[in-house]
Amino acid sequence: MKNNRKSSVAKVIRPAVRQATAALPVVPAKSRRLVFGGKWDYAPAPESSSHIAILPRHDLFIDGRFVAPRSGKYFASVNPATEQKLTEIAQAGAADVDRAVRAVQEKSRELAILESMDGGKPIKESRDFDLPMVAAHFFYYAGWADKLNYALPNRRPQSLGVAGQIIPWNFPLLMAAWKIAPALACGNTVVLKPAETTSLTALRLAQILQEAELPPGVVNIVTGAGETGAALVNHPGVDKIAFTGSTEVGKQIAAATAGTRKRLTLELGGKAANIVFEDAPIDQAIEGVINGIYFNQGHVCCAGSRLLVQESIYGTVIRKLRDRLQTLRVGDPLDKNTDIGAINSRNQLDKIRELVHCGVEEGATLEQSACRLPAKGYWYPPSFLTGVTLSHRVAQEEIFGPVLSVMTFRTPQEAVERANNTPYGLSAGVWTDKGSKIFHMVNQLKAGVVWANTYNKFDPTSPFGGYKESGFGREGGLHGLLPYLQPD
Amino acid sequence: MTQRLSVKKTYKLYLGGKFVRSESGRTLPAISPRGVPLDNYAWASRKDLRDAVTAARKAFSGWAGTTAYLKGQILYRAAEMLEGGAEELVLEIRRSTQCTPAVARREVTATIDRFVYFAGWTDKYQQVFGSVNPVATSHFNFSTPEPMGVVGVLAPGKPSLLGLVSVVLPAVLSGNTTVVLASERFPLPALTLAEILATSDLPGGVINLLAGKGEELVPHFASHMDINAIVDARGDAGARARLRAGTALNLKRYADRALAPSFWFGARAEDPYAILDTVETKTAWHPIGS
Repeated sequence: MKNNRKSSVAKVIRPAVRQATAALPVVPAKSRRLVFGGKWDYAPAPESSSHIAILPRHDLFIDGRFVAPRSGKYFASVNPATEQKLTEIAQAGAADVDRAVRAVQEKSRELAILESMDGGKPIKESRDFDLPMVAAHFFYYAGWADKLNYALPNRRPQSLGVAGQIIPWNFPLLMAAWKIAPALACGNTVVLKPAETTSLTALRLAQILQEAELPPGVVNIVTGAGETGAALVNHPGVDKIAFTGSTEVGKQIAAATAGTRKRLTLELGGKAANIVFEDAPIDQAIEGVINGIYFNQGHVCCAGSRLLVQESIYGTVIRKLRDRLQTLRVGDPLDKNTDIGAINSRNQLDKIRELVHCGVEEGATLEQSACRLPAKGYWYPPSFLTGVTLSHRVAQEEIFGPVLSVMTFRTPQEAVERANNTPYGLSAGVWTDKGSKIFHMVNQLKAGVVWANTYNKFDPTSPFGGYKESGFGREGGLHGLLPYLQPD
Repeated sequence: MTQRLSVKKTYKLYLGGKFVRSESGRTLPAISPRGVPLDNYAWASRKDLRDAVTAARKAFSGWAGTTAYLKGQILYRAAEMLEGGAEELVLEIRRSTQCTPAVARREVTATIDRFVYFAGWTDKYQQVFGSVNPVATSHFNFSTPEPMGVVGVLAPGKPSLLGLVSVVLPAVLSGNTTVVLASERFPLPALTLAEILATSDLPGGVINLLAGKGEELVPHFASHMDINAIVDARGDAGARARLRAGTALNLKRYADRALAPSFWFGARAEDPYAILDTVETKTAWHPIGS
C-alpha cells in the first residue's frame, strides 16, 4: 500500500520537474497542483510538556480563592490525544454556584477600572492563534472601561450587575477572554463556567487574574457540566446570561430565562457556506476552504462546513481539494508540525462518525485523507462529502468536526438561496475577484460575519455573532459592549 | 318622506395592502368608554395572523432593498397624507376615547411629527450604529446594521394611535416588514390610519394591521416560526413571559418597549436605540493588498 502510493506520487512529480526546467513555464491555475504528500516526511517535533505541572485535583475558584465544592464531587479531565487522565475537576452544585454569586454580589460595586488588567500576562502554553487573541481582547476592552460614555451616543450607560457566562470547549481560554473582558470593562462582575472537558486553562486564568490583583470576587469560576450551568442560569442573583455553545442548549436557556428579568445573549451553532465563484483566485480559495473547515479540527461554530462551488470549476476545485487534503498532518497536538489534532471527546467523535455515516447512507460520497491515525485517543481524518443535496442531514446539521459538505450552484442568485437555506446564520465566505459581486453577496447573505476572499479571521475590534438560530447579540468591538450595559 | 339611515362601516384588517375581513368571519363591536356602540371591526384569528406574516415576508426583500433615501421619502410622504387626514383621525380618537378635541388633536399632531422624525432616521442610523473596525491584520473590516425580516409588533393599549406608530416606525424605517396587533381597547384609530397609509406610497405588506384579542393572538405571535423579532409595548407581564418563551422556539428576538401612557408623547418614545431592537449587525472582511 505504502509503495503504491509512493510510485503514484513519483508519476505526479515528474511532469512538474520537467516544467521547472523548461523556459518560463506558465502553469494555468486550473492545472496547478500541490505535491507534498509523501515527498518528504517531517521528523516528530513535539512541544515538550515535561515542565507543565498539573495538580492532581482542581477546586472551584470563588471569591479570589480556591475552595472545595460543597457537593464533594469531582470528575476526570482527560487528554483527548492519549485518553490519559490529567486531573480531577470539582463539580459545582447549586450550593457552590450560590456561594459564588453571593461572593460576586458582595463585591459588585467595588470593581475598579480595568486598567489593572493591562499587566495580566497570559501563560505561554502555546504560540498559536488563541493566546495572542486572548491578550488582545483583554487589552482592547480594558481601554473601553473609562470611555463608555462615548460608546452609546447621548447616553450614560450603567453596568448590569452579575454576569453568568457559560463557554464551550472549542476555544476554552479565548472564549473566557471574549466573555470576561467586555463584562469587566462595563463594570460587571462575572461567574464563569467553562466546559467540563476543558476547565484547566480557565482555572489557570483565574490564577493570573489573581496575580494581576483583580479585586477578589470580581471574577469567579465554577466548574462542572450541564447541571452546574443550569444552576447558574436559574440563579435569581444573576442579572445577565451570556452563553456560547449549541443551539439546542441555547434554546433551553432562552426558555429558562423567559419569565425573568435576566438579559440574554447567545452565540450558537452554524452551518456556514463557503462560496467559490468561477472567477475566484482559485489557489487562495482552496487554502481558505481548507482553513475554513479544518481549523481547530472543525470544532468551530463559524466553520465553513458547506462548500458551494460554481459548477464550471467543480472538477478543478475537487481535484485540488483532494490533493490538499492529503498534505494535512494529523497527530500529536503537541507536535509543532500538526495541522489537525485530536477530537475533543469520545462523545464528539461518535457524533461526527454518526453524521458522516448518515451522509453516506443518504447518498453522498466520502473522501478522506489517507493519513495514519494514532492508535490511542480520539481522532478523525480530514474528510469531505460530495454529491450532497440540500435535504441531507450533513447539509443541514452542524457536524462540528473536520468534515466538509460539498454542493454546487450555477448563478449568484442560486448561491445566495442555497447559502441562506439553513436555520443558522453565523458566518459565510465568498471567493471572487469581482468587487461588485462581493458587495452583492455580502448584502444578500443572512450571516453575522461574511469573509470575502479570506476566512476564519478574528479581531477584538470586530463584532462577531449570528442571525436567526445562530443566536443574538455581538461579541467584539463596540457592539460587544452593548450586551453588558444598560443605556440609562 | 323616509329618513335616510347612515351607512354603518365595518372596519377591516389591512393585509398585504388590501382591506380584508377576518377569514373567520368574526367581528367585534367597538364600544366607547361610556358604553356607546361605535362600529364593528374584523376580529382577527390565528389564520389572519399567519396570512399577515406571509404578506410581510413577501414584501420584505422589496422594502429592505429600497434605498434609504427612498424609504425616508415614503415615510415623509405618509406624514403628508396624515396631515391631510388629521381631522378624520381626531374624530376617531374623540369618539373612541371620549376625550376632548384638544387631547385628540395633540395625539394626532404628535403622530404626524413622529413620522417626520423617524423618516429622517432611514439614512442616518447606519452611520450612528455601524462601524469601521481597526483590525490588527491587513483587512478592511466594517459592520453595518441591516433589517431582520418580519417583526411582530404589539401596540400599547393607550395612546392607541401614537403608541402604535412609535413602535412600528423604528422597525419599518430600517427595512423590516411588520405584523401589528392594534390596541385592544381602541382599535378604530389604528384601522383608520391603515386607510390613510393605503393611499400613501408605502408598499402593501410593509405594515400589516390586525385587530382582535391579545389573549388569543399573543401565543401565536410567540410560536410563529417565520417571525424574526417581537416588539412588545403591551406592558403585560403574562404576555411578556409568553412572548419571551416563544423566543426559545426559533430564537426570534424580543424587545420590551412598554411605556407609561404619558411617556409616548416625549423623547423616550423617540429613542433611536429602538431601531437596534430589529436590526442585525453584519460584519464583512476583505484582505487589503495589491
